[in-house]
Amino acid sequence: MSVESFTLTEVKVAPTPPRPLRERLSSFLPQLVLAPSLLATFVYVFVFGAWTIWISVSNSGDLPDYSFAGFHQYADLWVNLRWRIAYTNLFLFSTLYVIGTMVIGLTLAILIDQRVRAEAVFRTIYLYPLAISFVVTGTVWRWLFNPTTGLESMMHQLGWTSFKFDWIVQRELAIYTVVLTAIWQASGFVMALFLAGLRSVDPDLIKAAQIDGASMPRIYRRIILPAIGPIFIAVLVVLLQSAIKTFDLVLAMTQGGPGIATTVPSIYVYDLIFQRGQLAEGAAAAIMILVALALFLVPYTIWTNLRQRREARDG
Amino acid sequence: MASLTIQNVKKNFGSVPVLKGIDLEVKTGEFVVLVGPSGCGKSTLLAIIAGLESVSEGAVKIDQRVVNSVPPKDRDIAMVFQSYALYPTMTVRGNMMFGMESRGVPKPAREEAVARVAELLRIENLLGRKPNQLSGGQRQRVAMGRALVRDPKLFLFDEPLSNLDAKLRVEMRTEIKKLYQQLGKTTIYVTHDQVEAMTLASRIAVMHQGLVQQFAEPRTVYDRPANMFVAGFMGSPPMNFLPAKIAVSSSPSVVLGEGNGAAIRLPLAEGMTKSVSDGQPVILGLRPENLPLFDRRHSEDTPYLGTIDAQVEVVEPTGAETMVVVRIAGKEVIARFESHALHAVGERVKLAVDMNKACLFDPETETLI
Amino acid sequence: MADATTYDPLTTAGTWGRRAKVVVYALLTLFALVYLVPITVVVLNSFRDLGDISRNGLIGIPHSFSLDYWVQAWCKFCVGGTCKGIQPFFYNSVAMVVPASIISTAIGAINGYVLSKWRFPGSEVLFGIMTLGVFMPGQMVLLPWAQVLGFLGLTNTIAGLVFIHCVQGLSFTTLFCRNYYVNIPDALIKAARIDGAGFWRIFRKIVLPLSPPIIIVTLIWQFTNIWNEFLFAFIFSSGTHQPITVALIALSGGGTAVHQYNVESAAVLIGALPPLLIYLFGGRYFLRGLTQGAIK
Repeated sequence: MSVESFTLTEVKVAPTPPRPLRERLSSFLPQLVLAPSLLATFVYVFVFGAWTIWISVSNSGDLPDYSFAGFHQYADLWVNLRWRIAYTNLFLFSTLYVIGTMVIGLTLAILIDQRVRAEAVFRTIYLYPLAISFVVTGTVWRWLFNPTTGLESMMHQLGWTSFKFDWIVQRELAIYTVVLTAIWQASGFVMALFLAGLRSVDPDLIKAAQIDGASMPRIYRRIILPAIGPIFIAVLVVLLQSAIKTFDLVLAMTQGGPGIATTVPSIYVYDLIFQRGQLAEGAAAAIMILVALALFLVPYTIWTNLRQRREARDG
Repeated sequence: MASLTIQNVKKNFGSVPVLKGIDLEVKTGEFVVLVGPSGCGKSTLLAIIAGLESVSEGAVKIDQRVVNSVPPKDRDIAMVFQSYALYPTMTVRGNMMFGMESRGVPKPAREEAVARVAELLRIENLLGRKPNQLSGGQRQRVAMGRALVRDPKLFLFDEPLSNLDAKLRVEMRTEIKKLYQQLGKTTIYVTHDQVEAMTLASRIAVMHQGLVQQFAEPRTVYDRPANMFVAGFMGSPPMNFLPAKIAVSSSPSVVLGEGNGAAIRLPLAEGMTKSVSDGQPVILGLRPENLPLFDRRHSEDTPYLGTIDAQVEVVEPTGAETMVVVRIAGKEVIARFESHALHAVGERVKLAVDMNKACLFDPETETLI
Repeated sequence: MADATTYDPLTTAGTWGRRAKVVVYALLTLFALVYLVPITVVVLNSFRDLGDISRNGLIGIPHSFSLDYWVQAWCKFCVGGTCKGIQPFFYNSVAMVVPASIISTAIGAINGYVLSKWRFPGSEVLFGIMTLGVFMPGQMVLLPWAQVLGFLGLTNTIAGLVFIHCVQGLSFTTLFCRNYYVNIPDALIKAARIDGAGFWRIFRKIVLPLSPPIIIVTLIWQFTNIWNEFLFAFIFSSGTHQPITVALIALSGGGTAVHQYNVESAAVLIGALPPLLIYLFGGRYFLRGLTQGAIK
């Protein structure tokens, strides 16, 4: 029998019966299961977003009005003193907050990384603020910053009568009290992230550097910290995000005051929408907050995707 | 160049003793391999030599100088790690420069050292790359390069080839040996692979459970292992152990197996007659290559040659030779035959045993008699 | 080195190492004090009488002690029109947080399972979209939510808040769970499929038993965040339906009225207690979850 006779023979196969509906559905089961959440998120993100954008260019007063009104709300926003103060505060607050928490968080992480005994105790103490709501933190620190009952009064009682710490009632300085409180709340969290990063560094690297003759500070500077570079970025993103959305803390501490000295965009939005009934302008302000978020989130997402792809390639 | 002395070094982690008293004297220019199974303490000993771990007791001396409390960077040593430990954010050149920069070596000297070592290891074209752009073998060479630019007194290797695939491992092993022959630096090399130990070492320190079992040249460790652990650890496939008794009646012999079937008598080697007594139980150690087929090259009259009849159980041809599992006195024994030997399972074969190469161990202490 | 022990770089560094250790401990203790001062103050103040507080300030050594204020805070204090203390608001919070946490975690786990083990074309993109929800600023969705709740007839109800938190929490929980499930070897799933198990069976018998760590983390995270949340609680509830965070603001935000610091302190502590207790007892998992979820 030659080989050709095999290859040329046609093999007849019975046609496959149509798969029952149930089976076809079950192959789509994953998608079906995901669908409700997907729908909800889609609505939550895109529909709500689009709706807000539409309102911001509409004639809405204290009730939604869907007629187009142009982009003048955005222009009006920037002319408004209160908004400008809010935005400036946001920059000031974000910068100080991010730098402050990162410095303190990193310092604490490095300190704890020195294999201290009772490490768990210290970690617990630094992290507990995370479990407390901003409302509570803001309230308590407001009491502490209050000149008549808080820190200043305590110093007076201890005899240091010329001590002044009334920042919270001073227009120019109040924002810094908010900054300090926010740093207090978040640095434990940052510490936890950095600590995990420090611990993930290959110990052999450190041993090699020690044998190479580097001192511990040099090892930290040249080897450990660069190795956890991506974590810095991740922490930065999380902090910035939280700074931009700050609302509860300011409300609890200063209600945006004294006057409007510590107002931030999120408070302004709330004010416009729920106190003053200016929906369109409020929506515009909300969109501006979103823009601020997108400004760094979009590059960050692109960057992480590129990095992941590059790492997969290099192996 | 240094000599290294380890005096009664003990190390405990908490209450767990990891090193129970190590004594080693390494001569200048020697390549000493610390070999042993996982958990024997060899890596800990290396860490102590490097200054990365402190001793619980005892002294470490480099060049007669006690260095117990001297930090690693002042011990004038260099180390190559199993994971290479190359600084990921620096280029190859940066990796090699880092140590010298940390120690304040002036720039021209640094450049010269890097150029010299890069040429030696043939990594000049890799200097601008980062570690994640290198293959395993290249990373290994860069790791060695980083150690070499130091020009240290003592070279430490911590299982450097374990992360490489088999073929690369053999290649790099030869490279390391060539480098050693060229540079002649005192080296302490840790591995769990006894083939690496045999091929690279001037002297091998076999470690087990926190103690040095034997510290001698490879040939000695292989032919005259100090105890059953060393005998079983070195050599692959491992040495076969058969319980036996000494009989001094007519001709001094080692008698195997009295249970099922006839006892097998093997002549006792001449040098051993004074060390044993009649009726003494021993463990007979025979390496697989010491159990070849009895053929024309062997003569039954040779005084130290014994013969064994055994039944073939498993035949494993490896290409270069054939490993055969036979049953002797009820125990499974691995023998090494030449590759053209084709035997069927169940066949009976006759093996030749050179009793001068056999080892006798005391069953209680497991030491060599 | 196959490190059985963790490595302490300061032990072989001689006297400098020992001095450095002292400095390290000193700094850590100093920081610890700064962290502990606020809560200590609040706790102490919840036991002092008003006279003591006004004489010695809030940060003073207590000269009085009474458990009265806790009782007042719980059931007698006047907030938001009613004088039943903080109690009703506490229960409102519980009624809101428990269902919301459980539902959002459950859905998140299933979503995470789908997105990590049952990939289909486009599933990564969908995952990205679902993650977007994490970043949405609250202010942007206030109005739309108001519309939706009105449409569903859930305005000013706890159920409405539960719904909001479920939808918003979905993004977080899906993210956490998916990142965790990705680490379950695909081989397990393949073996199960060859064995004939289907979608739900694999989830129940293989994935779920491996889930306790991430479920705990997600539950703790959701519980804490939803309990502590203020904006939505404030906007979408009123009167006696308000959760506890709102009550606390009303309580202590009162501008010119004389502050009953002791009762307020007790109330604040009651409000902070549930998440705090959960953190103290489940803190390990909390921490692990943070580091796994946030470093993506």
